[in-house]
Amino acid sequence: MRDFSYLRANSLDAAREAAALPGAMLLAGGTTLIDLAKCGVAEPETLVDITHLKGLDSIEMSERGATIGALARMGHVADHAGIRSRFPAVSEALWQAASAQIRNMATIGGNLMQRTRCPYFRDPANFPACNKRQPGSGCSAIGGVTRGHAVLGTSDACIAMYPGDLAVALVAFDAILHLGERQIPVDDFFLLPGTTPDREHAIAPGEMITAIEIPGSASARRSTYLKIRDRQSYEFAAASAAVGIEFEPDHRTIRDLRVALGGVATKPWRARAVEDALKGKVLEPDAVSAASLLAVEGAVDQGANHYKIELAPRVVARAILKLGETA
Amino acid sequence: MTVHNIRHGDASDGAFAEAVGGRLSRVDGRAKITGAAKYAVEQQLEGLAYAVLVESTIASGKVRAIDTTAAQAAPGVLQVLTPDTIISLKTAADWFGTPPPDKPYCPLARDITFSGQHVAAVVAETFEQAVAAAALVKVSYDETPSIVDLSDAKAGDGIPIDAMTKEWGDAQGAFASAPVRICAAYNTPREYQAPMEPHGLIARWDGDRLTVWEPSQWLDGMARTYAEWFGVPFENVRLVSPYIGGGFGSKALALSHGAVAACAAKMLGRPVRLVMTRPQTFTGYGGRAATRQTVTIGADAQGKIQSIVHRGVNETSIDGMWVEPLGSVTSIMYATPNFSSRQNVVRVNSVVPGAMRAPGENPSAFGIESAIDELAYEVGIDPLEIRLRNYAEQDPHAKKAWSTRQLREAFAAGAERFGWSRRSPEPRSMRDGNQLIGWGVAAGTYPVRRAYGEAIVRILADGSVEVESSSIDMGQGTYTILAQTAAETVGVRADDVVVKLGDSRFPRAGVTGGSRLAGVMTGAVYKAATSALDQLIGLAISDPRSPFHALQANTLVAANGRMSSPRGDGPDLSIAELLKSVGRDHIEATGDTMPANSTPEDRYKNYTTIAMALPHTEGDYSRHSWCAHFIEVRVDEDFGTVRVSRVVSALDSGRLYNPKLAESQWKGGIIMGIGQALLEEGIVDRRHGRIVNNNLADYLVPTNADIPDIEVISVGIPDLHSSVLGGKGVGELAIVGVAPAIANAVFHATGKRIRDLPITLEKLI
Repeated sequence: MRDFSYLRANSLDAAREAAALPGAMLLAGGTTLIDLAKCGVAEPETLVDITHLKGLDSIEMSERGATIGALARMGHVADHAGIRSRFPAVSEALWQAASAQIRNMATIGGNLMQRTRCPYFRDPANFPACNKRQPGSGCSAIGGVTRGHAVLGTSDACIAMYPGDLAVALVAFDAILHLGERQIPVDDFFLLPGTTPDREHAIAPGEMITAIEIPGSASARRSTYLKIRDRQSYEFAAASAAVGIEFEPDHRTIRDLRVALGGVATKPWRARAVEDALKGKVLEPDAVSAASLLAVEGAVDQGANHYKIELAPRVVARAILKLGETA
Repeated sequence: MTVHNIRHGDASDGAFAEAVGGRLSRVDGRAKITGAAKYAVEQQLEGLAYAVLVESTIASGKVRAIDTTAAQAAPGVLQVLTPDTIISLKTAADWFGTPPPDKPYCPLARDITFSGQHVAAVVAETFEQAVAAAALVKVSYDETPSIVDLSDAKAGDGIPIDAMTKEWGDAQGAFASAPVRICAAYNTPREYQAPMEPHGLIARWDGDRLTVWEPSQWLDGMARTYAEWFGVPFENVRLVSPYIGGGFGSKALALSHGAVAACAAKMLGRPVRLVMTRPQTFTGYGGRAATRQTVTIGADAQGKIQSIVHRGVNETSIDGMWVEPLGSVTSIMYATPNFSSRQNVVRVNSVVPGAMRAPGENPSAFGIESAIDELAYEVGIDPLEIRLRNYAEQDPHAKKAWSTRQLREAFAAGAERFGWSRRSPEPRSMRDGNQLIGWGVAAGTYPVRRAYGEAIVRILADGSVEVESSSIDMGQGTYTILAQTAAETVGVRADDVVVKLGDSRFPRAGVTGGSRLAGVMTGAVYKAATSALDQLIGLAISDPRSPFHALQANTLVAANGRMSSPRGDGPDLSIAELLKSVGRDHIEATGDTMPANSTPEDRYKNYTTIAMALPHTEGDYSRHSWCAHFIEVRVDEDFGTVRVSRVVSALDSGRLYNPKLAESQWKGGIIMGIGQALLEEGIVDRRHGRIVNNNLADYLVPTNADIPDIEVISVGIPDLHSSVLGGKGVGELAIVGVAPAIANAVFHATGKRIRDLPITLEKLI
């Protein structure tokens, strides 16, 4: 039997110190970690339980925006009145993620550390080759069952999709992650697989997400998260879009636009080309549809996931037009 | 063994809920909801050890070697079982009771025919130790090319199954000369039962006696298999299965994991628990076989069918045989003067497929009920009208009268309630913003499978009644309807009936499958209860100590637990008082529905095999349940997502023993049909022959959010040709026809005909 140490951290410093130990992993809601341990992917030497740390589960609203503690529960953040009114896309991304039971357990910090659902990644016994698990071992997914795999940001080493929803909304609105003393834009926190798909996050041993800061903006206030999937609930996105718009005083001309994609890329995918194409333009369906095609520029499919290239621009366009209707 | 004191479930239990036909809430509901119900593998036993399976990681080849060194040395490990170290078993008879070949049976495989086959097992002091050690077992293989599925070039055309051939008239000739012709191919993928409770068991030996706590749809059949494997008398094996967390056909047979656990328990001399992981449930036993059908219909210009030519193929395993009867609905749903149906079975490297809710009828209906819809559009008439024009007034295949067929009534009631007459006929002609709206109809049917059952009914000293049967309740309501049957027959309140099920020591029962149990067991309990009441009345009239003795009555009446004379002119006393007066502490009667001249061998065969089941066309009648589904879908025209927004189904299951429970089963079948239509598919990695979505996050079944309000309407009438009390099958009927109704609605919404399930979004964008 695989033994591991369990440490209950009673201070942030103690948690970070313990997290720096070789083979240490942080335990918060446990919804990803326990799952990955059961399928033989996570094999921690030490579990550092941070759920007893004080003051990390708050949601603070200010003029500048929102600051969400890393231990705030997904369900709590989704239902928070301030988040719902000033960052609807964040709330919507959260309540469309996972199931009610998981949202009640899972923390915001843990959500950002969620790992891919690639079935090859999750089955080491049957598929030893996985560059994410075992650098240099190869990729079992390429040439296999790829309906749910990424079409953007892939490499020869890895095509695993980033599965989360929240981070897509965070990327759209330039959220900042607090890693103790250091702060990092969320877009930079998530790494492209490149030749090192085992490195998923720009986080060093001993660092820990303590909070997420989301700058308030007019586009965040007029925002939405549209998630498309075969099953109405409890399924990862076939394609999703976090979109926010700020209009000029004429209510027609786009002053600011934020677009990010989920369910199609190896990381939460900011679609700046779509934003740039529409900023300063009048919101108009044909223009929106044409610009939305830029969301999947450079996409590479594996055959079974080709539909994502068709689907994603339609999701983006629908989300933008839906926000336009409320202007 | 399980005891239930009946309590009313909720306020909807009306005054007459306790009799047969009443809406009594499930008597085991509270225990399940509160967690008080103890399932088979939750038994706490002294000295329990834990077994974990090791599965093959290749789909085809041979095990070259198994290195167990590291596993043996791991903490807590008690034994590592391999094909070389596990004790040898005898081959057991199949479920028909066919005498088995005289050769040993090894539940751990040396020859690999599918990925996920059991090749070894580790037994340890704790579950965690067994899991860890199982990962240390190193299996090496000599791999050979595998046949992935029906589409594999190596799969070939398969083996013709002559018993499936159904032909009359000149189908090919009539098709060739028909003015309207359609021909299309319909495919269904591998689907899985996905019960909430995974398969597993605890096995314990006491000398040469084996007790198995295992979720089971067939205690006596599984006990026979265990007995034959280990060469012990049938009576030495006791199966205990108090509650079952869903079966859907998958828990009717003793399977290789059960043999492994029972072997381990025997070898260790300790009770052993083995529970499959969720991924193992996708390969540890078979789901529904993938199928392909071509349906060819020739009709006249008015849509009257002249000919149906049907060809079907289902997959089976390399060394097992599963036939999914694909012509079962095709051959009886519509009147046609010319018909031909044939079927092949193709061997692929998969676990042998198994029974899953309405095996045969379910995929069969997807073919014919999609095809008739295509014919309606080809002819240019309403899809409901074409079904009525081709209504089969008698069984077109058996050429016998229907026992009852309320299908016309089902079409009428469903159409009325759904508002079918307001349907705009053209595809893509109904919409709500981005949502294309489609209305579809399809029919379904399931044969009435009949067998024999037995039960004991005891009237106890306190006036309560006890029923015992080795049949089971997997959520469908056996506890409840048998209590209602005994209560009504004896004349007591349902509260005063205790039903004991799920123990093979009780009077025997055949398989709980094919929607037969309610009809079989209500009949047996009715007979036993009648006999017990007759004894009680006989005593009351004839025993000199009885207060009724002086009355000189021919009979007495029992109601609400009290006895009185029919004219009300004598004493009125409780059953308890009566029993006390005649000095009896109980009355007991066994009842069964077997023919009177049955031998003990007949009885054994009836309860432990399916060989004695009565054909649904036995005698003068053809017996089936029927249904019609009316379904509305909303398809997003940009995204291709399909949402079912309305379901109205009218169903004919004959007399309902408990409408509340029947409606619940119908709705469950419809929900499962929605999953089949839109979500469910086992996806195989073609390089490895392995199902990769082997968990409930990736194998999608519907959530509550996917299910609209479902309205079910009973149009059945009592059918005494089908069962003692007039019911027909309930459990499997309602899933049949749901998938084609949805596919037909999707066509109406979008103009796209999807002939491959499931109807996922990429097929529509």
